[in-house]
Amino acid sequence: MIGIATAVDVADLKETTLLNMGIFGLFVAVTMVIVLRASRNNKTAADYYAAGRSFTGSQNGTAIAGDYLSAASFLGITGAIAINGYDGFMYSIGFLVAWLVALLLVAELLRNTGKFTMADVLSFRLKQRPVRIAAAISTLAVCFFYLLAQMAGAGSLISLLLGISDWGGQALIIIVVGALMIMYVLIGGMKGTTWVQIIKAILLIAGAAVMTFWVLAIYGFNLSSLLGAAVETSGNPAVLNPGLQYGKTETSKLDFMSLGLALVLGTAALPHVLMRFYTVPTAKEARKSVVWSIWLIGLFYLFTLVLGYGAAALVGADTIKSAPGGVNSAAPLLAFYLGGPLLLGFISAVAFATILAVVAGLTITAAASFAHDIYASVISKGKADADTEVKVARRTVVVIGVLAILGGIFANGQNVAFLVALAFAVAASANLPTIVYSLFWRRFTTQGAVWSMYGGLGSAIILIIFSPVVSGGATSMIKDANFALFPLSNPGIVSIPLAFLLGWLGTILDKNREDSAKQAEMEVRSLTGVGAEKAVDH
Amino acid sequence: MGNDAQTPDAAASVDFEQVQSTARFQELRKRHRSFVFPMAAVFLLWYFAYVLLADYAVDFMSTKVWGNINVGLILGLLQFISTFAITGWYVSYSNRKLDPIAAEIRHEIEGHEFDKDGNIVTGVTK
Repeated sequence: MIGIATAVDVADLKETTLLNMGIFGLFVAVTMVIVLRASRNNKTAADYYAAGRSFTGSQNGTAIAGDYLSAASFLGITGAIAINGYDGFMYSIGFLVAWLVALLLVAELLRNTGKFTMADVLSFRLKQRPVRIAAAISTLAVCFFYLLAQMAGAGSLISLLLGISDWGGQALIIIVVGALMIMYVLIGGMKGTTWVQIIKAILLIAGAAVMTFWVLAIYGFNLSSLLGAAVETSGNPAVLNPGLQYGKTETSKLDFMSLGLALVLGTAALPHVLMRFYTVPTAKEARKSVVWSIWLIGLFYLFTLVLGYGAAALVGADTIKSAPGGVNSAAPLLAFYLGGPLLLGFISAVAFATILAVVAGLTITAAASFAHDIYASVISKGKADADTEVKVARRTVVVIGVLAILGGIFANGQNVAFLVALAFAVAASANLPTIVYSLFWRRFTTQGAVWSMYGGLGSAIILIIFSPVVSGGATSMIKDANFALFPLSNPGIVSIPLAFLLGWLGTILDKNREDSAKQAEMEVRSLTGVGAEKAVDH
Repeated sequence: MGNDAQTPDAAASVDFEQVQSTARFQELRKRHRSFVFPMAAVFLLWYFAYVLLADYAVDFMSTKVWGNINVGLILGLLQFISTFAITGWYVSYSNRKLDPIAAEIRHEIEGHEFDKDGNIVTGVTK
């Protein structure tokens, strides 16, 4: 194994910086041309927010995969498997199985009852103002946490891929990523963003497929030999067994349960995923979108299993941990071992593109929610015309982009990886109970929705503040203080049941009844697609 | 009218409570729920059984079955297979049992039908 250790010399990585930049530059140039072309037809609100509902199920499914397979999935899961073995694989299972919630309970019904945002559905038969405000706040919170994690991740990724280790240089790259993202979203709207995600998903899955094939070829297409080699390099047979990361204590076991719950129930309630279902013309295409994304995402996570153990076998956990970027460097180092600078350059560019596409998707979702739910429905009480609303959305894009850049620079170097898990926990607590209740429970009322949304959002955030990820531990955000009263790093196991309970309690204690005609309308529309907005012709 | 999420022309004058009470709609609702609820319960239980095993039955999960392939890996890959299988099953169920009734009811209310891209084929123009 000595030959392998010298084959992957971290110092060599910096020599590929120019190549990495070149490939990334090419990606930006190509996608920018496509975004400019896509922007020609951006006239109405439906064009800007929902791409004129003109994408097919397979296109949208690919874009969903592009949106969902963030840098955290690609670099994070490959790295987690390379270091912690089986426990890393368990993440990807949660991330995949979760799509069945979207397929069975959410996607089609949502497409049939809403127009642009999650709040359209939640407020359909309840009181507009309080429910819309709550849904918009929760949407903005999820997008903000997710966005911050991506932008901060961009900083540490750059230290690895471009060899830029000084703070100022990383800040500059974060500004460039943020500025590019603002341009994509401003010019291209949902249509441009979707194309960026489609291209990125194809590149990412193709790159991972090539590497998977390569790794398997080294081991004669025998998974057992690959696993054996991973054990040999690591010197620890336990990498094949569960428990290396989460099996240490009773608390960490419970923590994994909590994370699993948030992943499975949070995915189908992520606002930027929900918004993607409005870009297709019918519920049937929404169903096809989910089917496509399940296949692509499932396939991709099978690749990461091979890549993770491949990195463990061929690169070695020690080399990965000591590289700049740590765990996240497993996939790039494996690419370098297999295909030299060219493959590393390609994989690095794909990782950049991944961050760019994901932040673009989050930003347009947050902007749409602010303009459509807060501005148009609450501030101007439905009197604003669509043009004004889109104008507000575009301004919001700039504000969110600038905030994301500042947040990314500030959070760079901080341990903010927990923010992604928090985003899933907030989505599962604040959004999912209300989505499910309002679609399937006739009696559900405004008070139940408001209690559930604020209760879920508040409890998830309060628990995370008093958790070990924020204070008191060696890897906490604040190391010098200890106010970690809650033992778990993932709030889901408490906040999700609490939000379901509050939704039920708020409803049965509500003296007001909701309009039964509205309930009938929502139910008929959700199941039949009557009156749902169709594709916009151009 | 609190809700602005719909095109008003298509279904504004429909008595949805009347549609909701028809036997055909009740049948659609029953078919939908009798598939998605049990299926959601099954896959959630199966997933959490897997997580519990990985958490608390490490020795069982570490049992080697073939070469270096252990029970944990097989159960993990079965999660992938069951996800793909449920997806396929739901699509085929929808195509056979849900879509035809849904299209019938929609057709009746709107007075026109849509092609697979959602464009209006006959009847009312936009």
